[in-house]
Amino acid sequence: MHGLTNKAIESFVRDTYGVDVWLEVARRARLDEPSFEAMLSYEDFVTRRVLDAATDCLDKPLDAFLEDLGTYLVSHPTTEALRRLLRFGGETFAEFLDSLDDLPGRARLAVPDLDLPSLELIDEGDEGAWHLHCRYPQAGYGHVLVGILRALADDYGALVIMDVVEHVEGRETLSIVLHDPAFAEGRRFELAARAS
Amino acid sequence: MTGSVPSDRIGVGARALDLLMPMHLRVDSDLSVLHAGPTMLRIRPASRLIGRALSEIFEIRRPRSFNPSLFSESLGQKVHLSFRDPPQTSLKGVIVGLPDGGGIVNVSFGIGVVDAVRDYGLTSADFAATDLTIEMLYLVEAKSAAMEQSRDLNQRLQIAKSTAERQAQTDALTGAWNRRALEMELARVIETRTPFTLMRLDLDFFKNVNDTVGHAAGDHVLQVVTRILGDETRSGDIVARVGGDEFVLVLHGLVDAARADRIARRIIERVAEPIDFDGTLCQVGSSIGSTMSVLYDRPDLDRMQRDADAALYRSKHCGRGRHTSATILSGFSSGPASTHAPAA
Repeated sequence: MHGLTNKAIESFVRDTYGVDVWLEVARRARLDEPSFEAMLSYEDFVTRRVLDAATDCLDKPLDAFLEDLGTYLVSHPTTEALRRLLRFGGETFAEFLDSLDDLPGRARLAVPDLDLPSLELIDEGDEGAWHLHCRYPQAGYGHVLVGILRALADDYGALVIMDVVEHVEGRETLSIVLHDPAFAEGRRFELAARAS
Repeated sequence: MTGSVPSDRIGVGARALDLLMPMHLRVDSDLSVLHAGPTMLRIRPASRLIGRALSEIFEIRRPRSFNPSLFSESLGQKVHLSFRDPPQTSLKGVIVGLPDGGGIVNVSFGIGVVDAVRDYGLTSADFAATDLTIEMLYLVEAKSAAMEQSRDLNQRLQIAKSTAERQAQTDALTGAWNRRALEMELARVIETRTPFTLMRLDLDFFKNVNDTVGHAAGDHVLQVVTRILGDETRSGDIVARVGGDEFVLVLHGLVDAARADRIARRIIERVAEPIDFDGTLCQVGSSIGSTMSVLYDRPDLDRMQRDADAALYRSKHCGRGRHTSATILSGFSSGPASTHAPAA
């Protein structure tokens, strides 16, 4: 598993529940070091252990944990860089959805060995309704994606209802319904990054 | 021949051109601007463009000699322009002739696109649908973020490496240099012909402390002695622990036998002071033998270590708690630096 994935889980637990909770998770997951390196690779079982330890520690179902992780990735100041990269996908939430097919390719441009699930957006015929197929190397990505998309909808100021509606081996399917593309103000996005 | 072959002349509306090339300018045969595309109008107001000559708006950097009558419809002419008024954004593009004698100049920001997007607050709607600017901006940010992570990792590895190196060079108990590090340093000073004084120091009655007060007391004594050796030498000098109660000092640049003797006597004096360990006073002494690189025509490490050892042996043999310079050993009796007078 790519270190970025493990680092994302670590940052989420640290920033949301505090360093003590993270250290307890790291201890229960029997990590050699209580910190991941984003640019190194880890065995897949390490990620599974961390997820088991975290859901145990926090007494939270895995689906809910993964969805909160997705929301964190888009909305927390620590991960502002990721929010910006996602917002490059389009001017509006609908345009962003159209860019999802390209997402794994975009990610690979930045980090060549990052293996994201392949995504396929299917138009439902009705205006503003889609199904999104998520084919994953690891189960659970669909829930992370729901969290990411919910937070991004807020970011765009769009009112969207979505959920994981189907789960077969190797694939999760999300239903996405856009009720109002300009429901709220949303957050600004300027193409040129502010010097940080 | 009609119908199946596409015509090589087509009529295109100004709106269509604006969509296809939002950064184009249409000029007349005098190279005055007749029309500007929507993104061109985002970066300069119409009043600064329409009706003005191309050379008034831009410095034409390429080609150097700009002959409009040579504009061809089919070949085009590559151009590099930059605005005369600030921000003096550079543009690159192509100019093609039109049948009426005018032309179309279509440009892009080229490599300066990141600055231009910031300077003019452009959005993705300002670029042609085929333009890869958004992808490029995305890539610049994504790569910067990835590079930052890599740089952080490199820094942490660097720190870990230097910590490991330092630990590999020091004695864990006292923090003094270990034998390996000392040998590397001695090889270096010999090779660079840096003058130095080499001192061997053995503790006297150390075994006594270990046997009667215990090993923890012995360890404490070694730590205190190491601190004294550090205090009595300069910061660049080397204090190494090479055996249980054996130390070696390398005093860089020291060529004055009298000064070396004063330093050695002061060390002996301070080491002889009782050392408190949890209320028990531990008493050790020390004996020192020394030699200086300037005593030799060609300083040789083995020879110097043998001479320092011999001088140390002499100190122990003569009742301990004293310093002996190799100058009094046979073989140095007639040398120019055999007295305590400053050498060199």
